[in-house]
This record gives sequence, C-alpha cells and structure tokens, in this order.
Amino acid sequence: MSTRRPKSRARVDSKGKEKKPDASPSGSVAGSGHPDDVFPLTLTSATQELFGCRCDEDVTADKPFKLLRKEDVLHDMRISSAVSDFSPVKQLVLDYPADELLLAYDRDLIYGSNFYLVLTVEAKDRHLKSLEAVGGEEALEPETSDLFTAQNTPEPKSWISLGSEKEIDEESVTDSRPRLKYRISRVRRAFGAPIRFSDRNAAETKDGYIECTPYQDKNFILKQMKRHCGVQAIPNFKSSSTQTRWTYPKNMCTQYEPREFSEEEKENCLLSKELKHFINLVGSRFDVAIQKNEIMDVFLDDWKALSEEDTSYGGKADTHLKEYQSFTDLHHSKDKTISSISWHPTINGVIAVAVTERLSFEDRINAFNKLLLNPSVILFWSFSDPINPQLLLECPDDVFSFEFCPSDPNIIVGGCMNGQVVLWDISAHVERLQGTRSSGEKKITANNNKLQGFEDKRENETSLVRYCAVSSIEHGHKAPITDIQWLPETFEVSRMGVPMENMNGICVQIVTCAPDCCVMFWDIRAPRVAAQTLADQKMQKVEEKPLENPHGAPNTFKHLKLTWKPLAKVSLPNMDTSGEYSPLKISLRDNTCDYHTAINADRAQLNAEGSDLAPDYSLLRMPSAKQHKPLEDICTQFYAGTEDGEIVYTDWKLEKDDSGRIFSTKPSHHFIIHDGLVNTVRRSPFFKDIILTVGGWTIAIWKEGVMNGPIIHSSCQKKCTVGYWSPSRPAVFFIGMEDGNIEVWDLLEKTHEPSQTQNITDTQITCIKPWVISSKQHLLAVSDHLGSLHILEIPWTLRRPSRNEKLSVDTYFEKEVDRLVYFEKRTEMRAKEKKNMEADELRKKMETILPEKTEKQISEEAKKEYDDHLSLEKVILKDMGLQPDTDNMADI
Amino acid sequence: MAEVEETLKRIQSQKGVQGILIVNAEGIPIKTTLDSSNTAQYAGLIHQLVMKARSTVREIDPQNDLTFLRIRSKKNEIMIAPDKDYFLIVIQNPSD
Repeated sequence: MSTRRPKSRARVDSKGKEKKPDASPSGSVAGSGHPDDVFPLTLTSATQELFGCRCDEDVTADKPFKLLRKEDVLHDMRISSAVSDFSPVKQLVLDYPADELLLAYDRDLIYGSNFYLVLTVEAKDRHLKSLEAVGGEEALEPETSDLFTAQNTPEPKSWISLGSEKEIDEESVTDSRPRLKYRISRVRRAFGAPIRFSDRNAAETKDGYIECTPYQDKNFILKQMKRHCGVQAIPNFKSSSTQTRWTYPKNMCTQYEPREFSEEEKENCLLSKELKHFINLVGSRFDVAIQKNEIMDVFLDDWKALSEEDTSYGGKADTHLKEYQSFTDLHHSKDKTISSISWHPTINGVIAVAVTERLSFEDRINAFNKLLLNPSVILFWSFSDPINPQLLLECPDDVFSFEFCPSDPNIIVGGCMNGQVVLWDISAHVERLQGTRSSGEKKITANNNKLQGFEDKRENETSLVRYCAVSSIEHGHKAPITDIQWLPETFEVSRMGVPMENMNGICVQIVTCAPDCCVMFWDIRAPRVAAQTLADQKMQKVEEKPLENPHGAPNTFKHLKLTWKPLAKVSLPNMDTSGEYSPLKISLRDNTCDYHTAINADRAQLNAEGSDLAPDYSLLRMPSAKQHKPLEDICTQFYAGTEDGEIVYTDWKLEKDDSGRIFSTKPSHHFIIHDGLVNTVRRSPFFKDIILTVGGWTIAIWKEGVMNGPIIHSSCQKKCTVGYWSPSRPAVFFIGMEDGNIEVWDLLEKTHEPSQTQNITDTQITCIKPWVISSKQHLLAVSDHLGSLHILEIPWTLRRPSRNEKLSVDTYFEKEVDRLVYFEKRTEMRAKEKKNMEADELRKKMETILPEKTEKQISEEAKKEYDDHLSLEKVILKDMGLQPDTDNMADI
Repeated sequence: MAEVEETLKRIQSQKGVQGILIVNAEGIPIKTTLDSSNTAQYAGLIHQLVMKARSTVREIDPQNDLTFLRIRSKKNEIMIAPDKDYFLIVIQNPSD
C-alpha cells in the first residue's frame, strides 16, 4: 500500500513525469513550478462565497474541483476590474474555449495558492476523470480506507511506448526463419554392430587433424608502464651526547740543566781501571783516524776542485779592463796634469783629483806670475755628471798628494808644492755631493755667503771651497810634499815619535814626507801652548758668525790657522855617508791608505755612517805626555822610497842625544834597487808585511823582516810610473807605464812580466787607484798626464780571487824568502870558495918554486887536495840538491 | 791516571785537533778540553746519536757492535769511540 499521499500531488507528479519525456506542447513546466495549463489563484473569502467555493465547506480535500461558468467569471472581472481575483487570468479565461472552467482547491498549497485554475479542456477532463477514479476507489474499499486512509494501490496505467521495446526486441531471440527439419535414417542392421577401431596417422590425410596450438594471447600480457608509487624520505636522526672535561691552559715552566759530575766523582772516574782500559783500547783507533785525515782529505772532490781553477784561466775575453767613464774638465784641466786621485770613502761614485800644472821647474819660475792668477784646484767628480765637476777645492799651490780623513770624510788634507799642508772641510757641501748620486733633486747647500734671491744661480755653478787651515810656511816642508797620510785612529804619536794610545777614536794626526829629507808628523788639534788663545778661540767658536769669514771657508780649523806647526820632524840621515835621503813616498805598517780590501770597504763605510756627528776639532786638545800610555805593539819603522831609487827602512822614533838635542836615528837598512826615482811604496792590503815599490824600470816586492833584499824583483819594458795593489786579489797588482799602458801583474801566473797589458791613453799614467763599489763592481781610476781621468771597470777574472789565492801567495812569498836566504848563503859560500881557490893557486905557485917535496909535504898536499876535493864535492852536491841538508828546494 | 793523561795528550797534540771529551755511559762528561757549555752540548747530543747508531747496528745483526763513529761536516770532523761504559769524542779540523 502506498503511503499516504495527497491526491493532488500524486496526480501532479505523474502528470509531471509524463509531461517531461513527452515534450508535448501542453507539458512544459513553467519556471514558477507549476504546469502551464494550471494557474494558481488566490481567492478571497468574498469571491469564495460568490462562487460557492468556500474553503473546507464547498470545496474540500475530497472534492476539490468546482466547475465555474465562464460568464460568471467574466462578470466578476467586469465588476471588480482591477481588484478581481481573476484579474491575472483574464486573458486566459477569455481565450478558454469551453464554457466551464475547472477550479481546483489546492489544499496543500502545492502551487503556492489555495486554488488553481485549470486552463485547458484536456487538463480539465483529466482532472475530472482522476477525481472519479479516486472517488470510485474509495467507494470500493471503504473498510480498508479506515486503516490505510491514504494508501492506494497503484493502478497500472496505459503504457506509453518510449522506444524501449526496440531494445528489447533486439535482445530477444526470435526465429528469423522457419526452422528446418531434417530426417536421417540408417539401416537397422548397422545399429549395434561390433565396432572395429583402426589406427590412422593423423598426418596422412590432409586435414586429418586440426591442430590447436597454444599461443600466448597478447590480450593477457599486461605491461604496467606506469605505476604510481609513493616514497617518503626521512632523515636519519640519532641523538647522542657526550661529556667532556674542560681543560684550560695553565702556565707551567721547567728548568733543566745538564747533568754533571762533581769534581770528586770525576776524579774517581778518571782513576778507575775501566777508564784506563778503555782509553788504551780506543786510543790507537784515534791515532789512525786522525792521521788518515791529515794525510789525505778523502772527501775532497778533485774533479770539482780542478774545474774551479780552470774557469779562472779560461774566458780570455773577460780579462779586459772596460772603460766605464771618463772625466775631463775643460776649464780646469786644460794644459794640466793630474797628480793624485782619491776616492771618496763613503759616497759611492765621487772621486777627487788634484790638478797641477804640467810644467817643468824652469817653466814654472818663468810663468810664476800667471800661475798666481789661476789657483790650483782639486776637482770632485761624480759619476752622474761627467761634464761638470761637483766641487772645487781651492789650494794655495799645486797639490801633489791629498787624502780624505778616514774617520770623517769631510776633512781633506793635502800637501802642496810649496811644502804647506792644507786642510779643507766640505761638510757644507756634502749633501750636494750625495744629492747628485741619488735623484736629481739638489738641495740648497748651506753656503754661508749666499743671498736669498740668488740661490738658484749659485746652485748650478760649481762651488769653490776654500781651505780652512794651512800650515805655516817656515815650519813646514821646504820641498813639495809628495806623500801625505792620515795616521789611523788607533794610535797617535807624541813629540818624541812614541806611539801613544789615541783617546779620541778619530784620526787626528797626519804624516807627510817631502824630498827635503824630512818626514813630519802633524796634529790637527789645537796645541797646548797658551790657555789664553784657547779661551779666545773658544769664545770665537761660540759666537760664530758667517760674515766674519770673508772667504766662506768653514771655521773647523780656525785654531790652526797660520800657526800650524808639525808635531815631530823626522829626518833620514844617510847610512853610510853624510847627507840625507830624500823620501818621495813612505809606507807605515799601520796606515790607513793601503788596507782597503773588498771586505774592509764595507766595514769602513759602516763605521763612517755610524758616526754622523762631525767631531768638533777645535775642542780637541793634545794631551800631555803623562796622560797617555804608549802602545808597544805599534811598529814604528817604515819604508821610504827616495829620489835616487833607494828604499830606506828606518824608525821614526826620535832620540835625544847627549846634548839634549832631538835627532833621528840612522836607518837600519837601505837598498839601492831602482834605477829611477821611487814613485810608489805600497803595502799589500792582504799582507801587512809585503810592500810593493815601483821606480824607474823595475818593480820590487819586499817582505818586512827580510832585509836581504827584495823577494821579487822584475823589470818592465817601459818606465813604470805608478803601481797599486788590487783590493780583492792578493796576487795581483797594477802598474802604470809612461806610454799609457796599464800592466796587470799576477804573481801566481808570471813574475817576470805582466800577465796582461792594456793601453788606456797616449800619455803617461800619473796615478792609479782601484776602488770597490760593491762586490759586483770594482773600479779602477786612472789619470793621465793630459789631465783626464779614466774610470775602468775591473773584470770578473781580476776581481775574484781564485781558490786559496791568499794561501798560495803566502807560500810563494815564503818560498821566495827562502830562496833569498839560500841565495845569500850561496854567495857566502861562493866567496869562501873563491878565497880558498885563490889560496890554493897561490900555494901551488909557491910549490912549483920549491922543487923538493918532502914526504910530509907530499902527504900534506895530498891531504889538502883531499880536503879541497871534499869541499868541492859538498858544494857540487849542494848545488845539485842531492844533499839532504837544510836547504829546501822541493816545491810544495 | 798518568797513562790516560798521556794518551789524551798524544791525541791532543795531533794536527788539527780542536777538543777531546770523555763521557760516561749516561752522557755525563768526565773529562774535557772544551768550555763547559760546548761540553754539555756535545755530551748530550752525541750520546743520543751513539745510542741510536749502536742500536741500529745491533738490530741489523745482533752479534755486531759499533766500534767507531765518524761524522764529517763542512768545518770539522767528530770522531767517537764508544765502549760499554764510556765514550771518547775527538773533534778535528782536518783540512788546514
């Protein structure tokens, strides 16, 4: 039984359903939710009374329909035109064909109003019919309607075909044609007959069998091309923990010392037997080992040692002295010659030359007046400027020798032709000299006389520095000073010539020599003469005003001006005859000029750089004789080379004779060696006791202490004018000749002639001075007679000493000394022998007179003969070197 | 004692010998001709070296033992004679 459903709804629903698939024109549902042919109406109670369709009285749920006459509706509409209830359906009512309209009571407000009007005839009919059916049903089952009031069994309706029967027809199975009937018959006999089977090969007859091979049905192979797979990555976490102990730094210290035995323990050990045993056992091993070492050096690589010496011989190309620079000044060196060269000890690249007139003595006298007008100068050249000299030092007369002070390179001392000693102070111009070496920036020097406006002009001119001190003419030398040297700062000399300790630490004394047979010692400090003058001088020094000094010379040596006297005067009396030697050059053992080796040069520079403060010379005082203690180890003997070609070895210490007069001792030795005046006496920078002397056509090398003669004596082709040792090679020295050649002598190579000759200039060479600039650069300054200065670069072969050169040279000199000694012995021998021979001859002569010879005489003669023979034999053996005596002829 | 002195003097008088040192087995110097700081230095260092050298020789052949050790350097040569209880060290300058 169907559940209770309102009648109207059921109808409406079925109607709705029917209408939807049917698409009949009357079936579309309007947007308002009600079918088109039904129009909801709201009737007021007045209208309801009028038409007799009051709710729940005339029209109920059971009888919801009421037929209305069209005219009545129209009448109502006419009367109450706007407010009529039927106004919305006015047009529809007018269009309605039939007379009667069906009004249905919509109890449940299905369409939104309490009534609805059915608009079409068919719908009306339908509604009425359904009403009747329902009414009919109800009348049939009144009892059940009490229980199932709203339940009605659905009645089957007429089936509307919607096309589904076609599908059913398709699916259903029907005979498409009448069935065929077959009748098959067989003879009865055949039924039930015994069966006879036979085999037959399937392959015999065609189509005897039908194979049904299995095959893989591709439909059932499924390849999964894609598969969704889910992945989750998780990090691996692990928690762990640890506990550490906090260590913090702590300061700790330990002190240790080596373990040592106490004295007693040591003694005990030494006395023990085991030690004795041990030493005996072991001592012999040591002897063997040590002696082996002495005999031969097993680790010496002979091949390598050989090759090193080879390189010094080979490479002939690099033995040339290369011209580095050349200086000539047109103003000052015209018609002049250079007499002396000196390198500046500290400033690299600055060299000073003394320029003198190229005139003989007579010409000098004749041209005296002219000479006075042109003052002689010392030129300072710098490598950076080859045309203009950097500085000019004015000299009172021609300077033949000058030197820089080793402890203070701003002080220069020079010896003039008239015997005066001159001092210059160039501290004011040092920056200028230094400035030219570094960048081109020139600083304004503190030249006192410059006015502010004219500074620039002054800078470009070469400044002329006047000498600041000059010795007095009466007390100085009477002949041109040919050699001047500073005494080293280690000692100074007292009035008696005794060397004393030098408290000042700087060079304060000078030694000069001149052909007036004097060697003089000078002191640059103020003499201890009178306290007054000292005080005056001190005051003057304090209020120093530049304007006081008209010539612009510094006041460094004002204390010496005009009163400078030599400290000590040493004369050289002749040994054999009366008269004196006239020294031209001297060489002291402890001097400052000769020891400029490559090593010492750096040290000297360092020393000079260390003491920047120029000592105040005016404040220095000569000490009293008591204050000082004499130095014992200074050798007071010196070599002097004279005008006559002699070498004199004498002592400078003065002695007092009986009458209290101071006089000099006679020289201990003198040697006549050279055949011209000696122009060089120089010590080797490597050996303090080896002296080179050059004079005339010969050169000689002496060893101090060996008084027999020169250990080496060689001659040159031409006249030698000057010589100098090489500063880096102990066996090499340079000789300048009168034809402008430089000869390089290498004692280890040849001693009878130079190992190398090179022509530098046309005229004679007047001075040679080598200098070490750096380990890579050694320069040789050569001056010639025409006044030009050549700077040559010493090549590597002449710079670098060969292996053990010093040792070899030393042994060579020793050998030569031995040779000399032997030679002397031999001469003695010879003399004796000669005497013997003469005596023999005399005796022989005497014997021929006496005809008779007694037996005794005969025996005597025989004995004598035998003795003679023995001595002769000895002599011959010695000569041949077969005698294993004291003579060393073996070469080392 | 005199013999010891004599031997040492003989060695010392050889050409080029700069110093002699006697050290005991623990490295403590007993007799020396060098100054104390040098002595301590030589004793300590050479003792270690000799121990090492000896152990090297003995490891290669346990029946072998070190008899003499010579160290040649640029400037000099150090000669060491080890024994059970003592070492004798001599420093020589061979090339002179």
